Amino acid sequence: MSMAIEPLLLSTLAPLVAALREDGYRVVGPTVRDGAIVLDELESADALPYGWGVDVEPGGYRLRRRADGASFAHAASPRSWKSYLHPPREPLWTASRDGAGDLTVREPEEEPPRYAFLGVRACDLRAIAVLDRVLGTPGGRYARRRERVLIVAVNCTEPAATCFCAATGSGPAARDGFDLALTELAGPRYLAESGSERGDGLLSRLPGEPPGDTVVTEARAAVAAAAGRMGRSLPEGDLRELLAGARTAARWDDVSARCLTCGNCTMVCPTCFCTTVEDSTDLTGGTARRDERWDSCFDIDFSYLHGGPVRASAAARYRQWLSHKLGTWHDQFGESGCVGCGRCIVWCPAGIDITEEANALAEEATR
Amino acid sequence: MATPTLAVWKFASCDGCQLSLLDCEDELLALAGAVRIAHFLEASSAVADGPYDISLVEGSVTTAGDVARIHRVREQSGVLVTIGACATAGGVQALRNGADVEEFRRVVYARPEYVATLAESTPISAHVPVDYELRGCPISRAQLLELLGALLAGRRPRLPTHSVCFECKSRGTACVLVAAGTPCLGPVTQAGCGAICPAYGRGCYGCFGPAARADTDALAPVLRVAGVAGEDLARLYRTFNAAAPAFRAAAGRAESAAGEATDHEGGGDDPPR
Repeated sequence: MSMAIEPLLLSTLAPLVAALREDGYRVVGPTVRDGAIVLDELESADALPYGWGVDVEPGGYRLRRRADGASFAHAASPRSWKSYLHPPREPLWTASRDGAGDLTVREPEEEPPRYAFLGVRACDLRAIAVLDRVLGTPGGRYARRRERVLIVAVNCTEPAATCFCAATGSGPAARDGFDLALTELAGPRYLAESGSERGDGLLSRLPGEPPGDTVVTEARAAVAAAAGRMGRSLPEGDLRELLAGARTAARWDDVSARCLTCGNCTMVCPTCFCTTVEDSTDLTGGTARRDERWDSCFDIDFSYLHGGPVRASAAARYRQWLSHKLGTWHDQFGESGCVGCGRCIVWCPAGIDITEEANALAEEATR
Repeated sequence: MATPTLAVWKFASCDGCQLSLLDCEDELLALAGAVRIAHFLEASSAVADGPYDISLVEGSVTTAGDVARIHRVREQSGVLVTIGACATAGGVQALRNGADVEEFRRVVYARPEYVATLAESTPISAHVPVDYELRGCPISRAQLLELLGALLAGRRPRLPTHSVCFECKSRGTACVLVAAGTPCLGPVTQAGCGAICPAYGRGCYGCFGPAARADTDALAPVLRVAGVAGEDLARLYRTFNAAAPAFRAAAGRAESAAGEATDHEGGGDDPPR
């Protein structure tokens, strides 16, 4: 990691959030709402979820009070940063017809907002890097949003029972792709380290003190310890080969009996990027618009060709999702589509566990 | 091109869905300019003869008179759209299907001989071909405007058949089932409402009826964990879309599972249902 300027020990995040807002950023970070720690726009550091943690399990999520006042000791927010970089619905163009019948087509002109993402974990840094590769065509809509984003990462010291970023190689330490990285320590206090020139500029304006070797060692140890406390793991070996060889596995029938095909996993997944386009017209026929919105391989209409869907059964749809995520993503983009954040495990109402399914496929392959 | 004519028809229903049309306050003038409202008794007693380009049909078929009338409506309609759970699935009044309607008539009405009714409440599609369905109790105003806009423009309307979960996730609602253990039919219910109920912290009660290939069997163990099983689960499915095939079957299975559980316990002298 580039460390042009020395790390700083912060006793509060208030000046950081204030500085970002002064710079014109809309600060998005974790906050408590509707019985969950969600990502939302923060007016100040007071909105952070101090003293809140979460207990998660497959298909279950509960807020829990913490004694230590920590603000980043939680995992698996119901939405990922994808919601801001690749929004659920986005206008592509509008067309209007004048009195003479001539059409004018307009693309949205306004500049995308400048977001500062506060509290991006290593798994989600990796997810953003995955989206960059998939959607980041220079000059495109994603790229225009992405280049305006400032990232304050948080090294993970509190993995959840559903986490497996150590197995995907994404975390728990933030290695690159951030402007500033924080490690939350008892207090809470925050070790802040810069990862970019923008981070340097930000850090130089914050009140703090040199951390000293003890604090840095404490921070590194807390992150390293997190790697050993992940509740889950993926099978050893080449997952691309495993999935390619599993097309007729009996496990697909087993999981399809539990799968609701509701699509929740794909929407909470920080890398699932599929969309469809929708056209609408007003009653007068004077205006039309085309929107892009999230779609999902679990939607029966997603694979609709003439006469019907290609993937009609739940087994076919689950197989498509898992095979792409862990297998053919490698062929398409040169890496895995799974970062180990565990969201699909937590937010699946039926509690289907991607690691359990992958391990079951691996076990079946050895039979 | 002549201005298309619109007719609104009522069968067994509460009028709430056709009220959604009058509720389109901001769009009513545009609508009145785009179509000629030829038959809409809730709005005007002035009616024009058919045929009609677009018919919106609210309500279910519950009398012999309804059966004859829906065929006449179909004959006079270009595009026939059913609106609301009554028209698309039989409505809450389909709770009587399979029960003793004669007994209801005797118990409820002072002069039962005045009440002429069929044994079952059935959706419009059980009697005549239907071109489009708008689900819900009541329908979504946005979907109604989308459908009318599509029909007027000659394009395919956007009527997704996926689950309510799509809409919860799109609007950023934390799942009430996962985060609060609140029983929710969202995973098996068709989207279109905008996922209103979970946004206010309550579970979806399925008023839009089953999503495409809804897997109620996979939801049963999930709802059991949330505290709903057996008779309670049957009741969860037996509301506005009680007679929609997927929900009817799910309720039946939940009830037989409850019956078996009771048999195992050897308790109760309840008569067979």
